[in-house]
Amino acid sequence: MIWLIGLGGSLGAATRFLLGRFITNKTQRVYPFPIGTWLINCTGSFLLGVLTSLHQTYQISDLVFAFFGVGFCGAYTTFSTFGHETITLIQANHIKLAVIYVITSVIIGTLSAWAGLVILN
Amino acid sequence: MHLLAVLIGGFFGAVCRYGVGIGFPAQHGFPIGTFIINLFGCLFLGWFLTFIGQKKTIRPEVTSLIGTGFTGSFTTFSTFSVETIHLFQEGLFFLALLYVFASTILGLLFAYIGRKLALSHQQTGELL
Repeated sequence: MIWLIGLGGSLGAATRFLLGRFITNKTQRVYPFPIGTWLINCTGSFLLGVLTSLHQTYQISDLVFAFFGVGFCGAYTTFSTFGHETITLIQANHIKLAVIYVITSVIIGTLSAWAGLVILN
Repeated sequence: MHLLAVLIGGFFGAVCRYGVGIGFPAQHGFPIGTFIINLFGCLFLGWFLTFIGQKKTIRPEVTSLIGTGFTGSFTTFSTFSVETIHLFQEGLFFLALLYVFASTILGLLFAYIGRKLALSHQQTGELL
């Protein structure tokens, strides 16, 4: 179980790293909004919603959920980077962007999780 | 090398998150485990990235290992989102709102405190 969570976590962190770097390289020079983490957190919330609903209805086993849900999704999405990026935006005086980042991350993130939980019902 | 560092950090971050989650099960429905994990991760990452930004001699792979890999994987946004929806679905509206506001506001405050800690160390010339 621990190994599956760890390996899923490795893959999740690597996917976040590669995808985040790809998106940041495309956008950050033009616009300071952390769109990479934003997209990662929303898509990861949706995916964990789907996996949780499959797990609750016994369509996937505990081990599959440990790998993809706890490991991959948990590590793919991140709260600490979200916090750090917001503080960085505030320090750079992008107050409006910081507020938009926090509010849309939380609202769209939780709505994505809700959509993932109910989409297969 | 960066990717390898992220893979290794991500492994241990996820395992530690799982361990802390078991150690702190939900209290009266409130997901205290994820709450503690995310707040502590915000405090640490705020301190770590500011600290490491001042130390030009530290290899950039260390940031990938501990920052992007470990701390990024330790904290989680997806579990936070799913737990919030679960609280709403169970009719615990007050707890759901409390969880969202406390996580967000305290998370940002902790990230800020972490940053300030690193900056104050720099000013006083302490080693940490």
